[in-house]
This record gives sequence, C-alpha cells and structure tokens, in this order.
Amino acid sequence: MTTEIIIHDQKDNVGVVVIEKITPKQECTCWIMENDSSTSIQSKDEIPLGHKIAMNDLNEGDTILKYGHDIGKVVKPIKKGEHVHVHNVKTKKW
Amino acid sequence: MKIPKSFLGYKRENGRSGTRNHVIILPVDDISNACAEAVSNNIKGTIALPHSYGRLQFGADLELHFRTMIGTGSNPNVAAVIVIGIEPKWTKKIVDGIAKTGKPVEGFHIERTGDIGTVMKASKKAQEFVMWASEKQREECPISDLWISVKCGESDTTSGLASNPTVGNLMDKLEPLGVHLCFGETSELTGAEKVCATRGATKEASDKFMKTWSAYNDFILKEATDDLSESQPTAGNIAGGLTTIEEKAFGNFQKIGNCKFVDVLEPAEEPKKGKGLYFMDTSSAAAECVTLQAAAGFNIHLFPTGQGNIVGNPIEPVVKLTANPLTAKSMSEHVDCDVSKILSREMNLSEAGDKLIETTLRVANGRLTCAEALGHKEFVMTKLYRSA
Repeated sequence: MTTEIIIHDQKDNVGVVVIEKITPKQECTCWIMENDSSTSIQSKDEIPLGHKIAMNDLNEGDTILKYGHDIGKVVKPIKKGEHVHVHNVKTKKW
Repeated sequence: MKIPKSFLGYKRENGRSGTRNHVIILPVDDISNACAEAVSNNIKGTIALPHSYGRLQFGADLELHFRTMIGTGSNPNVAAVIVIGIEPKWTKKIVDGIAKTGKPVEGFHIERTGDIGTVMKASKKAQEFVMWASEKQREECPISDLWISVKCGESDTTSGLASNPTVGNLMDKLEPLGVHLCFGETSELTGAEKVCATRGATKEASDKFMKTWSAYNDFILKEATDDLSESQPTAGNIAGGLTTIEEKAFGNFQKIGNCKFVDVLEPAEEPKKGKGLYFMDTSSAAAECVTLQAAAGFNIHLFPTGQGNIVGNPIEPVVKLTANPLTAKSMSEHVDCDVSKILSREMNLSEAGDKLIETTLRVANGRLTCAEALGHKEFVMTKLYRSA
C-alpha cells in the first residue's frame, strides 16, 4: 500500500511527493485521496518531499489545480512528470 | 464508526454544557493582574487569566475588550468567576455581562482598598466558589452541546495534505449532528477567498465574508511596502514545496470539509443563528485566535499542526493533531492525535477523522489535553489599534 505521491482531488493536475524524494525515471504510485483510488506516473526530475509533480503536460497560461482548485498559472511549459514549483508556476493574485 | 450521541459534560444555568469546570479570576486590566494572581495563589483550583490591556482603550477596540472579557467569563467551561479591576464602573460592566448566564460571579475593585484588602475579600469569595464548583458532577449531554473551534499553526505540506483534511472530515461527520463549529484566520484565507465566499449558506453570509476579507486586504495593501509575493508564501513555505499563496490558503481551507458557514462573526462574537459552521474574523496568530473563539463560547478546540505548534488556552482545551511523522515522534508530548499514517497510506481520511472524533470525545469527557498537562494557558487579547 505504499505510495510516493498523494493527489487530493481527482481534478488535480499535480500530485505531492510524500517520501523523502523521488528520482528521475522512478515509477511512482499515486493515491487519489478524494475517492481512495490509485494511479501511477514516471517522474522526469528529482523532486523532494512536499513538492509537486505534473500529472499531465501543461502549457503556458494553463491553470494549476490542487485540492480541485485554482492555485496559480503556468509561466513556462511543463512536461508530465516534471517538478512544478516557483520556476514554472506563479500566483494569479499579484 | 458509530458516533456516540452524547458526552459527559457540566450542565450550566443557561442551558449550555461545559467540557471543563474552571473557576477563574479575571483581571479587568493590566494593573489588576497582580491581585488576580495573588487570589489564585491563595485558593487552590482557581486560575488567574492575566493579560496586557484594559486601560484607555476606546471605540471598537474597547468594545472588543469587553466582549472578550464577558465572553470568557460566560464560556460554559467556566463554573464561576471572580472579576478584579482597578475601577468600579468597568468591573461592574463585566460582572453584569457574565451574570446574564446565571452563573456565580462577583466583582472587586482595588481603588480605595488596595491590593491586600482586595485579595483578602476576593479570596474568601473565590474559596466559596471553588468549593461549590467542586461538587458539580459530569452528566450526559447531547453531542450537539459541543461547540468546536478550529485553527491550524506551524503549517507545512503535511497540514494541507492530511491533518487539515482530517479536521474537515470530522466537521463533515459532526455537522449533521447539530454541533456548532467555527473557523477563522482571515489573513490566511487570502488566495482562497472567492471560493470561501461560495461556502456561505446564504447570500448574506457570503457577502458578509467578502466584506470582512476585503476590509482586511485593504488594510494589508495600504501597509504593504513591496510586492507581497516576497512574504506570502514565506521562504520556509516555498522550501517545503508551497508555490503560491493560493496553494497555502487552500491547504488551510481543508479544515472545513464540505460544510457551509451560516454567518460571519466579529472577533469574540457569540454565534446567534443556531447550529452549524461559523466564520470568525480573527488574526492567524494561534493564541489570539483561540482566545477569541473561547470568548465566543466554544468549548473544545482542534488544532492541526505540521512543524509542531504548542499553544494552549486556560479555559478551552486545545486538541493537537499532526500528520508529520517527524513532529509526532520528536514532539510527542504535544500531540493528542497522530494521523501521520495517512502519508504512508496505512490510514485513510475517514479513519483519521474517526480517530480525531474519538480523541475529541475523550477530551470532552475530561481527559486532559497535552497542552493542559504541560500547563499551556495562553490568554492573549486582540487589540485593534493603539490606546488613547
């Protein structure tokens, strides 16, 4: 039942790493909490605990969904399995 | 899990129920702290609630002071109250406010008597109150007599992932049973404010929320000297994986589950629209927020933490939960409910919610919280602006 990634909501396009780190090309199990189901993804980057991974390819201007909600916009294209953070996502607030 | 229909609490004169049976010595103002503390030293089983304010306040700030004082004394976790102030008028105003609950309350003012005479008179009364209160027995109370407040602190990614959603799961399960619920932290909902507004049970509640949040945001924008993205999320939040303020706010927002709020409360304002969830306009500082919620009449508090906040309150028991396995291990004396197994998927959200309900009821029935056993009694008044 171990899981490397937790996804809050089925609509989310990012998951959160819950082990110390994942490494490039690692096959990861993802747990979708909302409906207690599983999926999997291969990572492209090294991503530390608490940080996010892209579940799909994302283009500039796309909205990041976490908890099923808009948490910011993509400012640099992101490939499925890549690290999602301040280098490629910004707030829509200011 | 089958949720128990009742808990063992103290029935009060006004129909409310307490999870605790405190006799408090309440100073009206900063200069009466010494006297209040001397009385609580004399009379075992009483607690003094020293604080820093109560002189030369005016307007809305003074109203908040009185509301917090009267609300604290009126909380059903309090059996009886001694009020001590420097002057008779404000002392009497607080005594009269608390007396409306029907509980024993007596006021003493220090002017024209001095500390020693006041301590003597107040101690005699306090002894009478505490011996009377000691005969009160816990009785079966419906679970709907629980008024549960929530606030998170020292949050990290495990808070939004697991401990806050655990509180949300508890809310979803207990709200249909008729409990009162309260969340606050106006500042830390920034980024999720529009979605939070849609959780108003009525248009009136939604509009009131947006008005409250906008007033806060206008104040922030007026005081801000640079781009706020430097401070929200903080450098520590970013290192932990939080990318935007919206993400942080939605993590916080998980605490209310799928519930809708029936009304928006002023700081320390008692809910008046019956059972259900309320939003209170509060600071996001832990002790200030819990003090305001206790003053509004909430009788048990749930506090999810990531890195390990240790706050307590003198009258409202504060139940801590964490999903951070490191915090659960290294700060175990502060953790009432460990839900870290969510991250390793050995526990799902519903099981975690059930575990938290069980812990909450044990504490409601009388089990000491970690914060109580460790002597945490943070009583911190919110001050709106400088005194005259």
